[in-house]
Amino acid sequence: MTNLIATHWNYLVVVALMLIGLYIVMSRQNLVKKIIGLAIFQTALFLLYISLGRISGGTAPIIDAAKDYTYSNPLPHVLILTAIVVGVATTALGLALILRINDAFGTIEEDEILAMKDADRKAFKGKTDGGDE
Amino acid sequence: MSIVMINIFLVTMMVVIAVMVLRTRRLFAAIVMTGAYSLISAAMFVNLDAVDVAFTEAAVGAGISTVLLLAAMARLPAEEKPVKRNQIGPMIIVAIVGILLVTAVVALPPFGAPDSPVHTHVGPRYIAESYSKLHIPNAVTTVLASYRGFDTLGETIVIFAAGLGVVLLLAGHTKTAPAPHQPAVKTVKAKTKTAPKSQKASKKKAGAKKTGKRGAKKGGAS
Repeated sequence: MTNLIATHWNYLVVVALMLIGLYIVMSRQNLVKKIIGLAIFQTALFLLYISLGRISGGTAPIIDAAKDYTYSNPLPHVLILTAIVVGVATTALGLALILRINDAFGTIEEDEILAMKDADRKAFKGKTDGGDE
Repeated sequence: MSIVMINIFLVTMMVVIAVMVLRTRRLFAAIVMTGAYSLISAAMFVNLDAVDVAFTEAAVGAGISTVLLLAAMARLPAEEKPVKRNQIGPMIIVAIVGILLVTAVVALPPFGAPDSPVHTHVGPRYIAESYSKLHIPNAVTTVLASYRGFDTLGETIVIFAAGLGVVLLLAGHTKTAPAPHQPAVKTVKAKTKTAPKSQKASKKKAGAKKTGKRGAKKGGAS
């Protein structure tokens, strides 16, 4: 068990960070907080990938043809470079949606929005029932 | 060994910051702490030999992302309301996901093992070939722009789509929108009688219509 922690500590910490991010996304009602939780989850995922690409005793994959170094794997780095930029794009889109939600409902708390929609639906139903009679 | 110590220090700070973000209700503080979290993860990437990722994370993750969040905060309530929701559901889901992830993660090869499957597939080929074929010292650049160039094309498309979405969502978004929940009495009746479809359609029309929509919401809620 102790041995497992010694060889896998990096991955285990990444899992802890992911779970904190996931918990923020699911338990908070504030939409901005949810976006922040998503960002935390995302960065933890990046760390997982980069940890997988690491070789102990290796160095950054910038090739020096004259010397014989061990290089860490460049492929996870490339994948995560793409993921970081896409992550910012999704954050921007989420924030734009939140701004519009705030315009329409005057709040960014999920439960208040849901209650408002519920009341709205009920009121609308009552109106149409009255019209039919 | 010292690198391991530094890594442990950095990940501990990341965990502490993540917990602080979870606990704070001031969104401004949460955003700034997320920026710090991102920057520490960039330091972590340098330690894990991913220097290009570190640059990008520091510039884009800690920089642009934080700026975007702060810019949005200028138009949003600064404080999160106390959580009223039952926390047992999320706790159970997080526990299940945690158990699954830990079982998966301990089955991985030890951290840094040179013979793990990740390093025995295409990785060695990239390192062996990239300099002699393309004469770019940085293997990450070579793989990004040449070997996996279509990935980068796809990324560009995603960013274009997201940018387009942001522009379309925020077009006509007026900075001087009236305070929310001030019923525009005259429009309430007209709006509540119309079908929800037309409410949706009016979302596209910005400015003057917005007041009416907000009035309708208020009228419905009361």
